[in-house]
Amino acid sequence: MRQGLSLPTLLGIAWLIGAAVAAGGTPQETIADAARKVVKVYGAGGLHGLESYQTGLLVSPDGRILTVMSTVLDADDIDCVLDDGSRHRATLVGVDPRRELALLSIAGQDLPAFVLTEEARVPTGTRILALSNLFGVAVGDERVSAQRGVVAAIVPLEARRGAAQAPYKGDVYVLDCTTNNPGSPGGAVVDASGRLVGMLGKELRASAGGIWLNYALPADELARGCREIASGTASAPAPADAAPLDPRLLGAVLVPDLLDRTPPFVESVVPGSAAARAGLRPDDLVIAVDGRSVASRAAVQQALGGLAAGDPVRFTVMRDRTVVDCDLGPRPRSPGKP
Amino acid sequence: MAPSRPLSLLSLVPLAAAALVATAGRGEGVDRAVLDAQRERVETIRRAAATAVAIFAGDSGGGSGVLISRDGYAATNFHVVQPAGPAMRCGLSDGRLYDAVLVGIDPTGDLALVKLLGRDDFPCATFADSDDVVPGDFCFAAGNPFLLATDLQPSISAGIVSGTHRYQFPAGTILEYTDCLQVDAAINPGNSGGGLFDAAGRLIGVNGRASFEKRGRVNVGAGYAISANQVRNFLGCLRGGRICDHATLGATVSSDAAGRVVVSEILESSDAWRRGLRYDDEIVALAGRPVRTVNAFKNVLGTLPAGWQVPLAYRRDGRRHELLVRLAAVHAPADLAAIVAGEQRQPERRQQPRGAAPAPDELPRQPATDQPEVPPLPEAVTGLYEPRSGFANHHFNTVERDRVAKAIAAARADRAADTPWVLTGRLEGGGEFRIELSDTQGLVDLPTGTSVVEAAADLDRNPLPPGSGGMLPALLLWRRLVTRGPADLGRTTYWGTAPRDPAALGTAACPLVDVLEAAVAGVEARFSIDENGDVCGIDLWTAPDADPCEVRLAPTAGGQGGMPARIEVRHGGRPFGLFLVDPPGAAP
Repeated sequence: MRQGLSLPTLLGIAWLIGAAVAAGGTPQETIADAARKVVKVYGAGGLHGLESYQTGLLVSPDGRILTVMSTVLDADDIDCVLDDGSRHRATLVGVDPRRELALLSIAGQDLPAFVLTEEARVPTGTRILALSNLFGVAVGDERVSAQRGVVAAIVPLEARRGAAQAPYKGDVYVLDCTTNNPGSPGGAVVDASGRLVGMLGKELRASAGGIWLNYALPADELARGCREIASGTASAPAPADAAPLDPRLLGAVLVPDLLDRTPPFVESVVPGSAAARAGLRPDDLVIAVDGRSVASRAAVQQALGGLAAGDPVRFTVMRDRTVVDCDLGPRPRSPGKP
Repeated sequence: MAPSRPLSLLSLVPLAAAALVATAGRGEGVDRAVLDAQRERVETIRRAAATAVAIFAGDSGGGSGVLISRDGYAATNFHVVQPAGPAMRCGLSDGRLYDAVLVGIDPTGDLALVKLLGRDDFPCATFADSDDVVPGDFCFAAGNPFLLATDLQPSISAGIVSGTHRYQFPAGTILEYTDCLQVDAAINPGNSGGGLFDAAGRLIGVNGRASFEKRGRVNVGAGYAISANQVRNFLGCLRGGRICDHATLGATVSSDAAGRVVVSEILESSDAWRRGLRYDDEIVALAGRPVRTVNAFKNVLGTLPAGWQVPLAYRRDGRRHELLVRLAAVHAPADLAAIVAGEQRQPERRQQPRGAAPAPDELPRQPATDQPEVPPLPEAVTGLYEPRSGFANHHFNTVERDRVAKAIAAARADRAADTPWVLTGRLEGGGEFRIELSDTQGLVDLPTGTSVVEAAADLDRNPLPPGSGGMLPALLLWRRLVTRGPADLGRTTYWGTAPRDPAALGTAACPLVDVLEAAVAGVEARFSIDENGDVCGIDLWTAPDADPCEVRLAPTAGGQGGMPARIEVRHGGRPFGLFLVDPPGAAP
């Protein structure tokens, strides 16, 4: 049995929202209400550290669901599980590649939904609650996880995923709670009254320092993204940042790229180079770069380009029917880049 | 600054102003209710911190614990005490180190009970009903993360409850976290075994696990605590110095296409099968809690000790059925002991699959393979530790058995030991009965016939009256227990606690009562003893794995010289008879 105004509840309120006792309910009520508008999204993945689940937000009573654009949605069957445990097959309405948002649709009516507006942002210091499908610990009708925190900063996003820069460069809310977890992307960030403040973004590291970022896309950006997806004006995907990189920069000269799929044989090794120090030899056949198999010369350059500058480079080569690993040291910067 | 310069009045003015500003910065403009709440919270945390135990397991690392009784019993994690052995040193926030001894363990549920020594006035936490906890509730953990408490002052980390009734798979070990609380308060290695408290400073759980991903073994905003209610369910068994086991229905369930939870496998040797549960039956509720998902089923089951009888509701052909089912143990005792020994050899947790939630276990300070020789017990623990197969520390079983024996002796105080007991009255279905119990024999006179069992006979060969499964042997042993005490019943141990009325499980009023177990004259019997020292239930097996005779005694408070007002006898899931006993003196 729970009373509305017991001492524990009062303490909880005071703790969570400080002096600014909002017009909304208790944190418990806010979470219970917001959780009805948060869905668990299931799709492709489950291999190589790629989760097959994330979070989504109901943004219209007729079943529009906003989530992050990710490999989870690269599936024929995308399932959304609502707070009541009901499971719905979703279709992909469209994507906003710049903000990395995706709009899904499930059949439904009179569903509880967040209201998306392009109104002003909340200030730094705003206390928030984050609701998400983190770690996939909640299944079926089990409620998504709630975390509490504060908007610690509002800054432009400078982040990357692997070597690729995140395409969105606008402002994000930086949060002081650990929301950057598997399954969390697409989660709701609400204020004390339950109003949607933003959406937890994809798992990204800061470009500077490489730490995992706990951040959310502001609600006004979500509203714009939704509008652009609905009107078909969402911008085209940003070009991939990972340009191919010639292994010559490491001192490994491959055979000329003459065929569609030229086997990546080493033609020569520049003396004194990283490749030479790593023990690479002419006639070695490169079969993998950093553990990823490469079938052609072009694939080697592509794989090298996919590594972040400074990441360790490992060539796995076939030499006299044995497999040898050669560590070539850090990946050099691409020519022409600062 | 020049020394000994006198302070002029003028130079005092800015000082006073600065003091005013400082005061304003702390209080002014902040609602009084908030300041009061803050003061209240500081005091609450101070009180809870006094119950936090820093456990030091020598070279094996350590963790946390929480005091739950004045005489020093503290709950912690199995994985914290396991490397420590039977004795350990524990620190409290009073700055003192106490010797402590291992009492009981629950390896599956990752629980353990230790007893701090040397005081009978320890500060202790009070239990909250953890089923009342909801997401958003304020909570805080008090413990010893990263073994930082070298000054014995616990670390406090605060947060909210992120989720309730979470199910966490056994992650590489047998440690299964069912029905646990999920919190965003930082739970780090070393916090294991410490208390999780609500805003009023009451114990809602025992921290034990966290999701660790990509940041190494540190908090990522998802910690898990064993619920206080689960701790309470296992406390009796733990206090009895046992290696506790968890329960199985003897059936597995899965979700069917319609999302219903249905029986997918069932053992024909299980009590559930004997009571009538079959394939494809839809499980609706277990132990008084609704079951709508497979996780919910596992959650409820995971909170229950082996051997409890619990209500089960299922649906078949649109009709709802309810029955009482006896839960079996998950492990054979030898297997459990082997697992415990195995965990001891390998305290290092294996690498966890991504997304799983390994326990933030002790921080080993030396390689796990380098197991030290068993050190001699500290003097303070001498006499408080007795190894025995099936027990973590048999000494505490004797302690609990003697406590219950004392309560029984006090309750029977004015009852003569050598006179026969005669109970007469009516059967609920009509007819009269007469029961005579003496040192030499037992007799039951029923409208359907008279049964006699010699007290010296092998009781398992005399499950009389016919159809009762052994009512007379049960009543004979009842008299022996009450008049002569547990020692007279041969090998008698403290079994733990169980619900007095299993059918009431899940409701507010379902007290747990002490249970003694005896193996005597070819039968096994369990006696439930209520808070007054009166025997309120007897389960008697004439053969293992057979249905027991279940006798329920409803004593009248204070009256009838401790004699029951009614005796209910069941066997094989069916009532054998309800005996309404005449008040004493009415007997012919």
